[in-house]
Amino acid sequence: MIFLQVALKDLRSELRTKESLNASLSFAVVILLLFSFAFDPSGEAVAEFSGGLLWLVFAFAGALILNRSFARELPNDCLEVLLASPVSGAQLFLGKSIASFVLLLGIELLCLPIFGIFYNLTWTPRFLPLLGIFVLGTWGLTILGTLFSALTVNLSLRELMLPMLLYPMLIPALMAAMRLTTILLSGNDIGGDDLVWLRLLVGFDVVFTTLALALVETILVR
Amino acid sequence: MSAPVLAVEHVYKYFGDYPALRDVSFSLRGGECLALLGRNGAGKTTLLKILAGLSGAAQGHVKLFGDSPRHAAARRRIGLLGHGIGVYDELTAIENLTIFAQLYGVSKAVAREWLERTQLAHVADSPVREFSRGMRQRLAVARAFLHDPSLLILDEPFTALDDRAIALLQTLLAEAKAAGRTIIMSTHQLREAMELASHVALIERGKLVHFGPRTPEMLMDPGYVYRTFGAV
Repeated sequence: MIFLQVALKDLRSELRTKESLNASLSFAVVILLLFSFAFDPSGEAVAEFSGGLLWLVFAFAGALILNRSFARELPNDCLEVLLASPVSGAQLFLGKSIASFVLLLGIELLCLPIFGIFYNLTWTPRFLPLLGIFVLGTWGLTILGTLFSALTVNLSLRELMLPMLLYPMLIPALMAAMRLTTILLSGNDIGGDDLVWLRLLVGFDVVFTTLALALVETILVR
Repeated sequence: MSAPVLAVEHVYKYFGDYPALRDVSFSLRGGECLALLGRNGAGKTTLLKILAGLSGAAQGHVKLFGDSPRHAAARRRIGLLGHGIGVYDELTAIENLTIFAQLYGVSKAVAREWLERTQLAHVADSPVREFSRGMRQRLAVARAFLHDPSLLILDEPFTALDDRAIALLQTLLAEAKAAGRTIIMSTHQLREAMELASHVALIERGKLVHFGPRTPEMLMDPGYVYRTFGAV
């Protein structure tokens, strides 16, 4: 379970410095607040764009966390020391993905009640299915984001490159998560034709987790 | 004769079209210590990164203990001290050593022992960012030696060390050599390197121009290697 040690190390580092946590959380809250001024929060249309708005905020806030995932190892050449240790690239990658996943999911769960207050939406009755969609969507975002974080870690423009690479690849997962979140926040259950979005989200997570674990060693050792 | 701990065979490495390493071959056995000499940009760090499994060779093979350097069993036996200290500023000294102890399957008690040995036990629970430069360097030495590595890969280990850290590192390297560990270190500190080395290699523009046992002439006159084997 070396990947868990890597994840705990990253979480401990982040909770101590709060570098990406503060930036990501404040960014998410400010965007939610600003959009509440742009739209009429009392209108019925709010439920229709709720999933899209939430996931765009999560995707942008997530990039701030994911950018730090491998960049955290650059000071003092810690990445070299980790790669020279018995930890495989896949274990290192999985540990970092779990740490980013926990941080981003925490931010999402803090944003949800804020979103409910700003936009007059009741989210509590369908919290558990909503949590399930958040878990699946966030895993897809973090697994792909951590892979691109490894790919761009040595680039001087990595803060720019990561979103440029990540967002186009993330479109299927974002579409599915947006649609499923909108259904739940509109007061409906997921069923019938909507299950295809759930299958797409699960399939995306499985395919990209497998691909990332297979490719990361080649990306890290060049 | 024992099997080589480290075998490098016809290794090439290119950065774009630039040949950083050209047909480098040598081997080392247990208890041997190689001083890898060469001017800045000669290819020393590139070679050490390939040996540590941090970079791949374009051509040729590297074997550590009979395995690829990326094999977990081989990496478990490497101790790496590179240009960076390889510890986390935001974590405490004991947290840093505990993490690396866990990665190498070593107990936390060993991490505490190394803090004692490097005279950092009194700051075990202080974050590394509060350490002086010398304390950080001693922690890096503790991190590299923590798991009792069979092969030590050291990239300019004496550069920027304070007197206390140099003395500690010299003692540890002498002990490691006496215990049959293999050491390969790139360095510009010729006198320190010659005192410890059993073998000397000189690399120039990516080519290994000399590899052989350290001779008495090299010990008495550290500049001898550059004058005798190097290009003017």
